[in-house]
Amino acid sequence: MIIEILSDMCLLFGGIFTLTGAIGLLRLPNFFTRLHAASVTESLAAPLLIVGIILDTGFTLDSAKLVLIIIIMVVANPTITHALCRAAAHGGVNPDMDTKNNEISQSKTETEISAKELK
Amino acid sequence: MIENLHLIIDVCLLAFLVLIAFAAMKVTNLFVATMLFGIFSFVTALLFLDLDAVDVAFTEAAVGAGFSTVLMLAALRLSGAVENAKHRHSALGLFIVVLTGAALIYGTSDFPIMGDANAPVQLHLAPEFIALTQEKIDIPNVVTAVLASFRGYDTFGETVVIFSAGVAVLLLLGMGHVEPKNEPEQSTVLWVVVKPFIALILIFGLYVQFHGDFGAGGGFQAGVIFASGIILYSLVFGEGYARKVVPSKILPRLAALGVLIYGVTGLASLLSDKPFLDYNALSSNPIAGQHMGIILVEAGVGLAVFSTVLLIFYSFSGVNHNE
Repeated sequence: MIIEILSDMCLLFGGIFTLTGAIGLLRLPNFFTRLHAASVTESLAAPLLIVGIILDTGFTLDSAKLVLIIIIMVVANPTITHALCRAAAHGGVNPDMDTKNNEISQSKTETEISAKELK
Repeated sequence: MIENLHLIIDVCLLAFLVLIAFAAMKVTNLFVATMLFGIFSFVTALLFLDLDAVDVAFTEAAVGAGFSTVLMLAALRLSGAVENAKHRHSALGLFIVVLTGAALIYGTSDFPIMGDANAPVQLHLAPEFIALTQEKIDIPNVVTAVLASFRGYDTFGETVVIFSAGVAVLLLLGMGHVEPKNEPEQSTVLWVVVKPFIALILIFGLYVQFHGDFGAGGGFQAGVIFASGIILYSLVFGEGYARKVVPSKILPRLAALGVLIYGVTGLASLLSDKPFLDYNALSSNPIAGQHMGIILVEAGVGLAVFSTVLLIFYSFSGVNHNE
């Protein structure tokens, strides 16, 4: 009974975090903030969802595999975010706080980066 | 209810596929288009997963979403990321495309509906394969049995196709020669995380290779996974260092060896007066012979796919260094 409630809570919060991540990815102004939103989805929401599933199925071999997946996600996702940030900084995107012209300058720098990196 | 759920998921995923295809057409930045292709493959893999075709989904995720994307990115490094601005809208092209599309759609009207229980393949072939797998081969994964034993000829053909693709790329581009830089690029975080990950990826590749009889996977997937471990090493530590780990010279030989292992397994049964690729001849006990044959053949496929994939990657990235 308690385990069921816990599992439902995990799934619910996982869903909420996925949703906020998706909204952030669409709404936030520049590259780094959007990356932040995406990384929250990956390193918090996904493990929560998996924990919810593990609690629901009980402790079998499958849930051991799911635990491994959680470990890999928790290690890999911050690293991927880090690598993306480095690549962006390397390509000349500044964590610009000016919100006025961000849309324009952002799309400009993004095309510049991809052009630069792939030359 | 559950069946409806599957239908809803299928329809959503298919709608996604259409949207992604249109987006990939409209986008002018080739980098974005490549990413869209990767997403397309991944959604396709999800679709296969929902249809319970785990092996196909696995291949699609490994080859379509993983390796093809890496290859496209390597090609983009050579070509630049911006689409040529000049568009020629030729009426003839449109006509041919519309005609072909119409012919294809007309052709689908002869197909049975998806999941139709009365389709010929469900009535004749599938029950036979499932029954014979239990009786003659005795491994849990029917897909592996079909792929490696019942349809061994086809798989041999596929392996040869992959091998010849590698040979063609090798003839066109060559492999180049990349010296390792004195100092690898500094990125401590990536090094620390990637090192154990590569080990995990390689172990997973071996698991997929040898566990193919029992679960999803087999030589094709294992080859791509194993190669992607080396490709990851190359991306993080530098091309020259990867070529020290797996020298470019041995790759064509390994690919040829993979095809050779497959072919020789087939020849072995010819020697004892059985048809080509009949694994019953490999051992006195037919079932043990089947097991042995499947493992040998899968090893050949895995070796050929691994070395071809890596060879193509080396070729694409080597061109850049030579200029």
